[in-house]
Amino acid sequence: MPDATGLELLAAELREQQADAVRDTEHFRGKAALHVDPAAIRGTLLFLREKGFEFLASVHGLDYYPEEPRLGVQYELLSMANLDRITVKLRVPTDAARVESVTPDWPTADHQEREVFDMFGVVFDGHPDLRRILMPEDYEGFPQRRDFPIGGEPILFTKDEAFGRDYTA
Amino acid sequence: MTEISDYRRQEDAIDVNAPRQPVVLGEGIEQELLTINFGPHHPATHGVLRLLVHLEGEVVRDLKPIIGYVHTGIEKTAEDKSYWKVVPIVERMDYLAYYFNAMAYCGAVETLVGVEVPKRAQYLRVMHLELNRIMSHLVWLGTSALDLGAISMFWYCFRERETILDLFEMSSGQRMHTRYIQVGGVIEDIPPGFAERVRAFCEVMPDRIDSYRDLLEKNEIVLQRLRNVGALGQDELLALGVTGPLLRSAGHPWDLRKAMPYSSYEDFEFMIPVGTLGDNYDRFFVRIAEMYESVKIIEQCLEGLPEGPYITEDRKVALPPRWELATSMEALIHHFKLVTEGFRVPPGEAYYPIESPRGELGCFVRSDGSSKPARVHMRDPSFVNLQATAPMVKDLYIADMIATLAALDPILGGIDR
Amino acid sequence: MEIVRREKTGADDFKVRQRRAQQMLRGELDGDELEQHVRESIVTTTLDKAVGWARGNAMFPMTFGLACCAIEMMSIVASRVDVARFGFEAFRASPRQADLLILSGRISIKMAPIVRRIYDQMLEPKYSIAMGACSSSMGVFNNYALVPADKFMPVDVHVPGCPPRPEALMHGILKLRSMIQDDPTLGWRERYNAVGTEELLPDAPTDGPAVNVYPPGDTAGA
Repeated sequence: MPDATGLELLAAELREQQADAVRDTEHFRGKAALHVDPAAIRGTLLFLREKGFEFLASVHGLDYYPEEPRLGVQYELLSMANLDRITVKLRVPTDAARVESVTPDWPTADHQEREVFDMFGVVFDGHPDLRRILMPEDYEGFPQRRDFPIGGEPILFTKDEAFGRDYTA
Repeated sequence: MTEISDYRRQEDAIDVNAPRQPVVLGEGIEQELLTINFGPHHPATHGVLRLLVHLEGEVVRDLKPIIGYVHTGIEKTAEDKSYWKVVPIVERMDYLAYYFNAMAYCGAVETLVGVEVPKRAQYLRVMHLELNRIMSHLVWLGTSALDLGAISMFWYCFRERETILDLFEMSSGQRMHTRYIQVGGVIEDIPPGFAERVRAFCEVMPDRIDSYRDLLEKNEIVLQRLRNVGALGQDELLALGVTGPLLRSAGHPWDLRKAMPYSSYEDFEFMIPVGTLGDNYDRFFVRIAEMYESVKIIEQCLEGLPEGPYITEDRKVALPPRWELATSMEALIHHFKLVTEGFRVPPGEAYYPIESPRGELGCFVRSDGSSKPARVHMRDPSFVNLQATAPMVKDLYIADMIATLAALDPILGGIDR
Repeated sequence: MEIVRREKTGADDFKVRQRRAQQMLRGELDGDELEQHVRESIVTTTLDKAVGWARGNAMFPMTFGLACCAIEMMSIVASRVDVARFGFEAFRASPRQADLLILSGRISIKMAPIVRRIYDQMLEPKYSIAMGACSSSMGVFNNYALVPADKFMPVDVHVPGCPPRPEALMHGILKLRSMIQDDPTLGWRERYNAVGTEELLPDAPTDGPAVNVYPPGDTAGA
């Protein structure tokens, strides 16, 4: 992992190359993370690729409900030559959930961005085929958002049956 | 009047009579690609995988996998349970490598909590992880050979698998989905007699793997079906995010156990089998070779198993042992809090990658300070490896496509989560 | 099904029967001896019972592995718990040729119509076993993505476990076999009094919440 100073140097260099890209740096439990502006994600990943982080391990989303902006997308990068990992994080609000897709540069992001779209509703501009991947194609709603109900069946216990409280009738 | 969704309207608007993808061949001859649907219920796709295959005759020109048929909402369910109760949920994701799922998740939570895993627990974890790796490769070998037509391999591999499952049952009480690996260590120490049985297994296993290899290695049919079929170079695999035996069979020696060791893997001496061509044959034999290395690791684990606690002593994270509950009031309170509410984890985000039998299995956990995780995401290797299917099977026959799918080792539970 | 066993009273009995059978073949038996021989060597039963016995001992399960339980289902084909000794080793992939559907694994909402379609394609008489907790109820996962099998298809035997041991699945299969041998009524609709469970027509209302999604706080039933 680039240590704290390495991370600051990286962030400074990135700020020089692309203004307003870096919003914050974070070094938590030995792991470095860069918070970037959603508009600059593709440039940031290309910059990091030049620095040796050539492998995009994971693209995943999360919902920071109730903090705004709610939806986050994170990119885990790995440098096999330097044995380093770095995370790139960005946040978008629910009403303007558009992020530029990195699939043209990183083919591995194809299914993973589709999953983030399916589960959270983040639209990736420039993605070749943005459809739902895990849920049925015509499903409505974005299941992994925090305000989506977990669903399921109410659990019927035998004791309730005995007392006549059959609440699934 | 019912509302018609956009999807249904699109469906109705498709004109099945219009020719799609006309391919002009020669003079006045037009050819069309045939789109065939494989699955989701199909004997040769490993699990409920649906493939849309564009065929020209018997040659595959394009392939689109459609997944989601066993999507269980594991990640959403995990947000509803306390941290240590998530372990059984997350275990059922990649259902052949259940110890690995639990290990990745527990590693991420341990990073967040900041608890240290005792040495003995690390060694026990490694032993069970390597046993699970052998078991996963055995099931893969049995079912893949079944796909190729070498039906008797299935029974041989499952015979060894039963021995390994007996070992799992001895240490944790369950054959599959054992929830043996917990946050902070393992749930129980190994019983007396376990070490002898594992040693007996390790003595017998290399000969068995030899016999499996002899059955397949120089077999004319296996060579013809697997040699030079479905090869993909390192660069393309890396661009597609592929890790694990697929990447190693293409010649790239990337293994997280050696590169970024976790859980005492640096104490063990083992080698990484690497292929040359990256075709199906290499994929088969890289996995078989990995089984030998796993046996070596288990033997070293047994030799060097240190004494000590099998789970962290921090009572705020791990349940106290039962005998303490009778004597100590604090232990009782800790037990009560852990069972009812669970432990609280300081806010933060952690990503913990490990090397599962299929590649890099990473677990991302975000905690917001409460006793339930705010987000659990498993970066499953099969999900990412599946994207490599389309380039691999381009211009191959259907039978080769089946063999390539078998060599890819997809586990739909992990793909769909 | 009742099988009446006759006690063997020693080697003499065997020799006598052998001699009797020889004489029968040569046509030398007649009168009382003939009647006694016939009574001892012919099994009489009803046609139903015979058909039930044959049907129960030659079932073709279908390869329908969905998730983790599929691995334990593969274990019953393996050599420790050998399903071939009961006659069930011919796993058929085509629903037209199979008559036992072992739902091994969790059924997601995307997969449920496909399972139903496969079950419909199977020819009568057909049976189904819900293996494991996830297919009977939703198992460990009580959420938006799964459907218990009872909601859309009839299930004859539920085998609990997560995953059930191969011996447990064997027990379930044998229980089903004894059910088949005892009561070979054709057609699951009669068996379960399930007339009127035809497929949902296209005009059915599709608005409203999906099957398994309850708004928080509302657990007032389906």
